[in-house]
Amino acid sequence: MKIVVAIKQVPSRDSLLKVNGDGTWIEDADLAYEINEPDAYALEAGLQLREKEGGEVVVICVGPDRASQTIREALAKGADRAIHIETESESVGDPLALSRMLAAALAPESPDLVLTGLQSEDLGFGQTGVILAEVMGLPHATIVMNIEAVEGGIRVKRELEDGWFQNVEIPLPALLTIQSGATKLRYATLMGIKRAKTKEVKQLDPSDLATESAATIGVSRIYLPEKTKKSVLFDGPARESAAKLVEKLRFEARVI
Amino acid sequence: MSGVLAVLELATGNEGGAKLHKMSLEALAAAKQIGAALGLPVSAAVIGKGAGEAAASVARYAVDRVYSVDHELLASYTPDGYTHALKQLAASAGPSYIVFPHTYQVRDFAPKLATALGHVLASDVVSIRVDDGALVLVRQLFQGKISADLRFHGEGPHFISVQAGAFRADGLEAGSAPVEAFTPELAGSQIRTRPLELFRESSRAVDLTAAEIIVSVGRGIKEAENIEIVQELADALGGELAASRPICDNGWLPMERQVGSSGQTVAPKMYLAVGISGAIQHLVGMKGSKTVVAINKDPEAPIFEIADYGIVGDLFEVVPALIAELKK
Repeated sequence: MKIVVAIKQVPSRDSLLKVNGDGTWIEDADLAYEINEPDAYALEAGLQLREKEGGEVVVICVGPDRASQTIREALAKGADRAIHIETESESVGDPLALSRMLAAALAPESPDLVLTGLQSEDLGFGQTGVILAEVMGLPHATIVMNIEAVEGGIRVKRELEDGWFQNVEIPLPALLTIQSGATKLRYATLMGIKRAKTKEVKQLDPSDLATESAATIGVSRIYLPEKTKKSVLFDGPARESAAKLVEKLRFEARVI
Repeated sequence: MSGVLAVLELATGNEGGAKLHKMSLEALAAAKQIGAALGLPVSAAVIGKGAGEAAASVARYAVDRVYSVDHELLASYTPDGYTHALKQLAASAGPSYIVFPHTYQVRDFAPKLATALGHVLASDVVSIRVDDGALVLVRQLFQGKISADLRFHGEGPHFISVQAGAFRADGLEAGSAPVEAFTPELAGSQIRTRPLELFRESSRAVDLTAAEIIVSVGRGIKEAENIEIVQELADALGGELAASRPICDNGWLPMERQVGSSGQTVAPKMYLAVGISGAIQHLVGMKGSKTVVAINKDPEAPIFEIADYGIVGDLFEVVPALIAELKK
């Protein structure tokens, strides 16, 4: 089975974010970066499936030069090779243009299965996987917890709302977006890190993947959110705070 | 081309029933806001098996008309079926804006529908305003740490999904609208995925949405054994126990008690968060609560930004003190 995993590099979770002078993006010079966590779970799902079914895992990543670090880490965890579409800066905001670029890069690969995280932790559109499926003409399923190979395709377990789940059978080739937390992530081994250095990373230029279309949506400004609520906080000794809070809940909020 | 169309869905697990998804009317409220701001008529569509009955309930609001989109191939949700059906409805009704609730189901098909029409869904929108006659959509980036203004370019239909709790359905004006059956042309061969039966993993279903008081526990509790004190607090308040995702991922509490984007969305009279920092995925599941109370040792925890009341302190001291105070 040829499995492609689309991954993204994002600022680390605990980053202190500042908006740049013209409100177009964050100040990104001093940030630390890491793999988008949901994509780490997609990679893990891909590696586990390859261990069971055989085949290869190819990671694809769109991003500036620094993204090569995240790509190397994915190779160290066990991906077989990688495709890096190197952009000059962070693309802020058109997941359709991004998906068309990914689809163009993946066309010669003809993967059986494309996996990605269900959303990114930076832009959080939560759409790239589904858009990519439509652009590539593939059936898809989102928020997938488990994948198993069955006669004629795969059976996946989807998470729905309110505690419901559903199994769905999908013919291959197909695209899945993977839910975080459904399995444990592996660490790269020393041997894996060593071997990653010799693995193939194909560099592509966005201009080679030219996709004609005007954006139908755009980010006009980013800013820090305004605090909407005024909180009453107590921080004294526990007994005093507890008494004050219960008083407020009984006589001001009147919820107990 | 003109008008705003709200596309509403039925509640998960109620196939055959006619209960609207609880966020559906919030999408209608957002559509009404856009309609009022831009001077456009607003219609609604209910899609799914048994849509007719739910469409009749939506027709009791002040909308132009309600489409009931039903077909035997829509009996079980599939992204292919819903996309083909709504593409045909969009072509026939010709709206400039299509508004959805940002549900799991919408996340599964709306980006596909928008792509099929050469557009991008403005997803998980928290507020909408009009600047110089153009719509500005506010959404959150970086797990809620940054806000962004989005604008559409070019001809519609433009697609918007709205975050749970961001628009209030209780202000919807009553009215009387005609219900129009819309039967899309669908063939079995267009539907590539085969959905099997829905199931739940635990035998006892807990409906947190019915609870008036919810006491919720997060990572700050450190160990499974410690959850007992939070259960005691919930009992003292006559509330239900809930949790954030890490607690359920660890198996310390069953998934059915999870609140957040991947769990239940709740809006009780009081939501008391114990040791929960307040990641956006959790906040979207509870920020509609009438009163939010937080206990956390970190005064900078994002949960305090939406809390009405809070105690900054060690939960292992504060929770027993609260139980004692409530029992007085």
